[in-house]
Amino acid sequence: MIEKAGGALLAVIIGLAGAVVLFWLLDRLVHLLPGKWEERLKPYAYLLPAVAAIGLFLIYPAVTTVYASFLNDDSTEWVGVKNYVGLFGSEPFLSALVNNVLWIVFVPASIVALGMLVAVLADKMHPTGEKIAKSFIFLPMAISMVGASTIWRFIYAYRPEGEAQVGVLNAIVMAFGGEPQAWLQIEDFRFNTALLMIVYIWTQVGYAMVLLSAAIKAVPEDTIEAGRIDGAGEVAIFFRIIVPQAWPTVITVFITVLIGVMKVFDIVFAMTNGNFNTDVIGNAFFNALFFEMSQGRAAAIVVVLMVAVIPIMVYQVRQFRKQEANS
Amino acid sequence: MTTAVIPAPAKKDDSKDKRRGRAGWLIETIVVLLCVAWTIPTLSLVITSFRPPELADNSGWWTWFANPLQLTLDNYQGVLDNASNPMGTAFVNSLAIAVPSTIIPILIAAFAAYAFTFMEFRGRDVLFIIVVGLLVVPNQVALVPLSVLFEQWGLQGQFVTAWLAHAGFGMPLAVYILRNYMATLPKAVTESAKIDGASHFQIFWRLIVPMSWPALASFAIFQFLWVWNDLLVALIFIGPGENQPMTIALASLLGTRGVGWQLLTAGACLTMLVPLIVFLSLQRFFIRGLTAGAVKG
Repeated sequence: MIEKAGGALLAVIIGLAGAVVLFWLLDRLVHLLPGKWEERLKPYAYLLPAVAAIGLFLIYPAVTTVYASFLNDDSTEWVGVKNYVGLFGSEPFLSALVNNVLWIVFVPASIVALGMLVAVLADKMHPTGEKIAKSFIFLPMAISMVGASTIWRFIYAYRPEGEAQVGVLNAIVMAFGGEPQAWLQIEDFRFNTALLMIVYIWTQVGYAMVLLSAAIKAVPEDTIEAGRIDGAGEVAIFFRIIVPQAWPTVITVFITVLIGVMKVFDIVFAMTNGNFNTDVIGNAFFNALFFEMSQGRAAAIVVVLMVAVIPIMVYQVRQFRKQEANS
Repeated sequence: MTTAVIPAPAKKDDSKDKRRGRAGWLIETIVVLLCVAWTIPTLSLVITSFRPPELADNSGWWTWFANPLQLTLDNYQGVLDNASNPMGTAFVNSLAIAVPSTIIPILIAAFAAYAFTFMEFRGRDVLFIIVVGLLVVPNQVALVPLSVLFEQWGLQGQFVTAWLAHAGFGMPLAVYILRNYMATLPKAVTESAKIDGASHFQIFWRLIVPMSWPALASFAIFQFLWVWNDLLVALIFIGPGENQPMTIALASLLGTRGVGWQLLTAGACLTMLVPLIVFLSLQRFFIRGLTAGAVKG
């Protein structure tokens, strides 16, 4: 134990000192060059370590992954599009794709809507009350997805009829005269997937709330006052005056949550491990890599995910350019 | 890692305070109910973790309210030195993974952000746009090739794999947050320092780093919470075993048959301890980080 703590401490020291020395050396090295070259090359010297890290840990692996998706299980032989044909011909993977689409359709919208609801309601409260209320909603954000999964597995816990229920959901159902259910095994209408989505929503509403609350507070009071003078009710003011002005933030929150939802893994892994028709591509990737032992299949799954992310990336870059042009 | 480009943070508007505190009882009731609904799940976990094993695993946590003195620390003892997944070791491992993964990328990102903000060079805009694009790339793209690479280097299963991977994955976000913050610093300060003969190296250390600490803190908190709560990267590079962090230990407990709820809840509470302390004591920076630029997930 002391060894591990010591090792980590050493890594921090070496990491920091190493970086300081590295930049100092780079700086000195460029300094040796004649004046004009020094000015020209110095930016690249400062960028080098970061660009090297990004290249080695993101760009190189991404390119290799695309290549590996055309190779066999241990990446030794070219197999063409076999991995892709296999994926799109497999019932479980298509089912996982359907689940991902459901996650994408329901989760980001629910999170934005609930976050907006809390932000708007809390905004009307006394500042102290607002602060406290927001902390309660925000708190689950600090909990890991595995921790959140434990919490909700406890809520959904099932014991056969006759035994005392420990899960609060079954206790409520029985209090109303119903029978206890093994909730996470109910596949009809993919009900169990909806139960997994609730866990994700529970952890992320606080994030939406914080950003949307800031956006609502930035809406100029005189625009709201003008609406009131024209006789608009609270609902009309919200939809016609507040929402349009907070719209850029709504989109931002939506997209951020959307990206997270597309690669959801932990919750499915920890709650059902994809059983009972709850699988998603994030979890399918993990299983392809560790249980089917197929690097080719795992890589092909990641490529599917990458292709799905590309439109968001394009939007992101455009958005950034627009913002830069305005500033 | 996930990030969306976030519009400029909202400005404080004092005229807003007029309409505050006008909530009727209906709105207050709804908000209180929402808060209760949001808190009960965590509360039930905490209560159960302190109940005696035979009660925790065989009666609803709500029955505790009838006998609130039935409390024990045995469950924590039980998970801290659990035979197959000792949480005590995992706690140290989580710290050993998260602290270097947080600190190592900061300086590297700060230098890059400095170059992007205060230096003119060819390809600057293109390079930064690549960084922005990479913000949304899922970590999964990097996992297979990197694990092959770490295998070749004989590092698989060791902390250093996680340090390097998290430093790499966190780099675009770090550069992005820091650059956006540095862009708001007054240019006049660096210009006058330059006229006084200061080099870039001196300007960086003496002016920019001290002025950028709120952004550095925001990123550090983000990265720390993200690495601490990460399961996937840890599973792939470190895996179950003696170096496993708490997220893997808890997931393994969840996947083991016959582990009682008293142990699962105590284990989950332990994993939440550090993030909650960090979060509650540094909430201000965390929220500033959120509104200034990003969230990872």
